[in-house]
Amino acid sequence: MTPQATSESADINSSPAPSAGTTELQNAVIRFAGNSQDGIQTIGGLLAKLAGRSAREVMTYMTIPSTISGGPSIFQVHLGSGEVLSAGDESDFLFAFYQHSYDSHIGSLRPGGICIYDTDNVETVDRELDALHVGVPITSTTVEALGGSARERGKNLFVLGLVTQIFKLDREKVVGLVARQFGRKGEDVLRNATLAFDAGYAYPVGDLLSLDYALEAGRGSGGDKVTTDGNTAMVLGLLAGGVRYGAAYPITPWSTIMEQLRAELPKYGGLFVQAEDELAAVSMALGFAYSGHTAVTGSAGPGISLKMEALSYATMAELPLVVVNVQRGGPSTGLPTSVEQSDLMQAIYGSHGDCPRIVLAPKNVADCFHIAVEACEAARRYSCPVFILTDMALASRIEAFDQPDLDRCLHEPAVDLAPRGGDFKPYPLDAETRHAPPGAPMAGGKYPVVTGLEHDEWGHPSANPAIHQRMTERRREKIKAYAATLPLPQIDGDASGEILLVGWGSTWGPIREAGERLRAKGRKVGSLHLRHLNPMPNGLEAVFAGYDHVIVVEMNDEGLYGHGQLATLLRARHCDPKIRSICKTDGLNYQVRDIVSRAEEAAGV
Amino acid sequence: MTAAEAPKPLTKKDLAADHPTWCPGCGDFAVLAAFFKVLEKLQIPHEKICTIAGIGCSSRFPYFVNSHGVHYIHGRALPFATGVSLARPDLHVFAFGGDGDGYSIGGNHLDHAARKNVNLTYVVMDNFVYGLTKKQTSPTSPRGFKSKTDPAGAVDQPINPMKKLVYGGASFVARTHATQVKHMMEVFERAILHPGFSVVEVLSECIVFYPGAFDDGNPRKGGVFERIEERKWDDSPEDAGRHDVTDENAAYRLATLQYPGKFGVFYETDHPTKNQLEQNWIDASRERAGNAPAAELLAARFASMK
Repeated sequence: MTPQATSESADINSSPAPSAGTTELQNAVIRFAGNSQDGIQTIGGLLAKLAGRSAREVMTYMTIPSTISGGPSIFQVHLGSGEVLSAGDESDFLFAFYQHSYDSHIGSLRPGGICIYDTDNVETVDRELDALHVGVPITSTTVEALGGSARERGKNLFVLGLVTQIFKLDREKVVGLVARQFGRKGEDVLRNATLAFDAGYAYPVGDLLSLDYALEAGRGSGGDKVTTDGNTAMVLGLLAGGVRYGAAYPITPWSTIMEQLRAELPKYGGLFVQAEDELAAVSMALGFAYSGHTAVTGSAGPGISLKMEALSYATMAELPLVVVNVQRGGPSTGLPTSVEQSDLMQAIYGSHGDCPRIVLAPKNVADCFHIAVEACEAARRYSCPVFILTDMALASRIEAFDQPDLDRCLHEPAVDLAPRGGDFKPYPLDAETRHAPPGAPMAGGKYPVVTGLEHDEWGHPSANPAIHQRMTERRREKIKAYAATLPLPQIDGDASGEILLVGWGSTWGPIREAGERLRAKGRKVGSLHLRHLNPMPNGLEAVFAGYDHVIVVEMNDEGLYGHGQLATLLRARHCDPKIRSICKTDGLNYQVRDIVSRAEEAAGV
Repeated sequence: MTAAEAPKPLTKKDLAADHPTWCPGCGDFAVLAAFFKVLEKLQIPHEKICTIAGIGCSSRFPYFVNSHGVHYIHGRALPFATGVSLARPDLHVFAFGGDGDGYSIGGNHLDHAARKNVNLTYVVMDNFVYGLTKKQTSPTSPRGFKSKTDPAGAVDQPINPMKKLVYGGASFVARTHATQVKHMMEVFERAILHPGFSVVEVLSECIVFYPGAFDDGNPRKGGVFERIEERKWDDSPEDAGRHDVTDENAAYRLATLQYPGKFGVFYETDHPTKNQLEQNWIDASRERAGNAPAAELLAARFASMK
């Protein structure tokens, strides 16, 4: 078991600088590249959780093959003692499990970075590169440690042991997390996991590295952070917001939300139903809403398209419903496991008829929780469908964040079956709709009909021109009333100057970091992130007026007229020609350096 | 209202809403009248009655019943009604519709509501034609039927609703005729009292676009209205020849009879409902969670992620 080391370490002249002592790292981007069944998501998740327990910030990034079983997969963890805004453009450390992992990802390693590869599976490495290559027989050492023939499944834990050793992570905390993760799967599983971890931890890799690393202690304050992904945070936000019923049909990357709701809701006395198709799913959810509950349905683009007729009904019938769209690459089946923000126009305009509804988008994992709470409140308050546009990146990305104030967020739902007075009308011309759910006695003896036909105040069909005009206004005006309650988003950086970067959704971190880098270069730059996309907050024109350039950063196509979807809406609303777009549709997250260079290019600076 | 006060009995007058917009002579009038009479008999509390429909002539039903009502979108009344039924066990949920809404655009939902055995009653007013859109071919139009979409006569094999319902797993399946009001009432009453997914197929004539479609089942028009003789389990020799409503194969054989076939209950069985099975799971989950309030459950979940 002789470690195989290459000796180009003398050639390394880039940072982190070799030193006799320990190198304190503020940030470390570690990329694990293997196959989807190797369990690299598990160890990445454990590292993220460890960061949350060490007052560190963390952000992860993963790719999942859309194949049925197996296929190349990566998990990247960005650990930092300060603020971590992106998953990292380049990695500092690469763990390559296979030749294909090495070949595909060595390019992501920054100059002078360190590549640790499995000598049992990687035969050729490029020694000309500016990188330190360290070969470790990961597979055979794991098999040896576990003492069986089919035990290479533990090699992710072996690698976790290596990482713990290399970065001098708190071994006790890591072992505790491993015990919690694997303990519930049985004694044998935990024993094997521990054996593999210990073998990695004890493996004499430290001698091979000319450098001695340690991650700087976290600078965050307060207690342990919550560490989780965006879809899980969304589930918790829906639960806190008062959702007790829902229905959906499985689709990537939405499925993990419905799976969790199916398991969680019965504990709260509620129910989530797997429907036979998307149309049935939204219809059942509207049945729940009509019954007096706060209800949810969700999907990704293809499924949302199928729900559109029913969502138009929800606007007309004025039923509250939370609709989650975990966006992925489109059109059509598109790129099921890639990220894109190309469903904004669909969320706002995708149904037939004049169909105003609310559209919100979370900016990071913690915000998936808060936006869900907000969506529930808005749906109930304005009795209309509320879209949440999250995306593939947020769905699977892990971040550490402070626990939300549950006392403030929690809504305890109750169905209001109190008798309604003789003057009750489901669609009053002079007030907003407040439905009487079935089971509520009607003192006047007259019962309401909830309907998709244009209707009078009682819900009975009417094609009277004045009624249609007036009812259309009612449905529009309540959304405008909501707009009036929205605060202007906070501006990060300079409140006026050369460039204002505008974004929405999962790009918040990279855009903010791009703003920081531009300011570090001496430019006057601010950034602003919209969480409320329909309606938008009032008063943005005054903010835009303070900048020479307003550049909207989006992960969608520039379209026929050269502007991304949000940029198109902003230009339509504000008629301001300085609003321009940076767009892309490569299915990947924005790299910070990409935003920096393209913003400079767009602004001509 | 206190328990001491006797509630005012529910009458047909309380239940009638707008005058139906159906054409004079439409079979659906009789279905509505029979429905009112059965509700009068069963005395379901007024506010607990919920009528839900999709799109079509017969799907206008909720406007004509003074109860909590929903006029939903084409073909999706059953999943909407499923949501109401699952979320609100205190209600009596009724879905109404026609052959296009139920067997064509909503055909898949019918199979799934049936196999889930959702506790609700579904009445299909089958007229073998699209009436609201003025005479196009429906999924039950017989071959050769001339319509605006089949000017040379329908070519597709029609759906056999009774086969579909028995195959789909509905736990109560019956067939009646809109001209046979007493029979319709008997069948409706049994359907409403049945715990689970109960479906009644009513042959209801469209006198404008398919007049005379069901005369073969109407004695007043020279047809034969043949009732299904159900087994009485009296050990008599003739009882062996009667229909066992719990026998799925026998129900299927009845469904294959040449038109106009027989009328009555084809199938009735005592499957557990989705409502009950889900409630069992909710109860077990609540108990495992120590019946903790939402605030505690959420706090524990957050703690587990630290």
